[in-house]
Amino acid sequence: MAAYAAILFSMILVNNFVLVKFLGICPFLGVSKRLDSAAGMGAAVTLVMVLATAVAWPTQQVLDAWGLGYLQTIAFIIVIATLVQLLEMVLKRFLPPLYDSLGVYLPLITTNCAVLGVAILSIDEGYTYPEALVAALGAGLGFLLAMVLFSGVRRRVEEADPPQVFRGMPITLIAAAIVALSFMGFSGVVDNLFGM
Amino acid sequence: MAQRTLPGADAAALRKRDTFSKGLLTENPVLRQMLGLCPMLAVSTAVSNGVGMGVATTFVLVCSGVAVSLLRNVIPSSVRIPAFITIIASFVTLVMMAVEAYLPALDEALGIYLPLIVVNCIVLGRAEVFASKHSPGQAALDGLGMGLGFTGALVLMSAVRELLGAGTLLGVQVLPTFVEPMLVMVTPAGGFAVLGLLIALSVWFEQRGARTSDERFDAMAQEGEAETGQGAPAEAPAGGQANMQEDSPCAACPLPCGNANLTPTAATSGSDRRGA
Repeated sequence: MAAYAAILFSMILVNNFVLVKFLGICPFLGVSKRLDSAAGMGAAVTLVMVLATAVAWPTQQVLDAWGLGYLQTIAFIIVIATLVQLLEMVLKRFLPPLYDSLGVYLPLITTNCAVLGVAILSIDEGYTYPEALVAALGAGLGFLLAMVLFSGVRRRVEEADPPQVFRGMPITLIAAAIVALSFMGFSGVVDNLFGM
Repeated sequence: MAQRTLPGADAAALRKRDTFSKGLLTENPVLRQMLGLCPMLAVSTAVSNGVGMGVATTFVLVCSGVAVSLLRNVIPSSVRIPAFITIIASFVTLVMMAVEAYLPALDEALGIYLPLIVVNCIVLGRAEVFASKHSPGQAALDGLGMGLGFTGALVLMSAVRELLGAGTLLGVQVLPTFVEPMLVMVTPAGGFAVLGLLIALSVWFEQRGARTSDERFDAMAQEGEAETGQGAPAEAPAGGQANMQEDSPCAACPLPCGNANLTPTAATSGSDRRGA
């Protein structure tokens, strides 16, 4: 259990996908203006990350069995694109309330590098299937956490009055730098907590 | 430069040059369009990584541009995005195999970000906006220009981070050793900060340029009229800088991942509610 907890928390805090690994920067900067859209995007990404890893990990085993490991990138991106499309249709048909809250974000996620990133990462790290799923969950929750925290910061930034050349993107990036700085404080936490 | 009326051949040459050069500065994918920020932030800790990533991305941009352009009349528009992604993924796989075989150190340094060129907004964006509407030659020029613009921005940023963070450039000690390196520069936080400062700097340069040379913009507007039909939507010479400050990072991105349809509403309704 401790091993799973260590993976989970290290993905959320220490290896935070957005603030440490720079994956999913586009939605992080683009959809973080409002708390509810930030949370919705984060939840949708978490869901897709777990499902994508659930499908991509066995895909890799099949590819490896046939000696086609080099097709990883192509196979994963196709699998993920298909999965997102299917998920959208299933949610629309069977879970309309969930579709209403997450649906708009789903098409945006296919080409999100965080989703492909977590699938490739779990293969590169040599995780077992359950470990890969936990890692994907952690990555998604870390993304959600970063989005929600940053949407709060963003509100203050929007109301601030920086020098003219800093308006818009530059000041947002600098705010993100400070949030990333705070996440550096977590770097030893998981090692110490779980004695890894 | 385009003050006189242009004979056809000159106009064609000018357009060709423009197809290539707009990616370098006026429509630089990173500093102007805010695309491809993930690799920009992630691999810019050392100049060698920046060059490697830039060259790999440029290769993928040119090749996928040509392939998409050649197939532009074959691919049905309803499935074009998956088709483009598959084409791009094929070239990324080629690059990955080459880098793995010949430059193992670079492969190690770029790690997961090399396969992630597939989901780089710049590549898919150029396929959708430009290559799928133009001839292979033009698509190649456009890809080369955009790729070099990306590489330039990436090398500039990695030079700043490597110089300040480690005191070296391409691994060679540049700063005197008694200058303590600012380790924060090579951390993620430094990445965000340097990119923010670089973009602010490019806005500052553009504003200075806009004030001093209004004629240049007039000339550009004339060129724009001369080449109607070359309709990449991001072409708004004088307004580009104003757009950049208001729009979200993904606004220029035409893809499903682009938040163009999300952020405007989020921005307006957000600021409305904020007062309450």
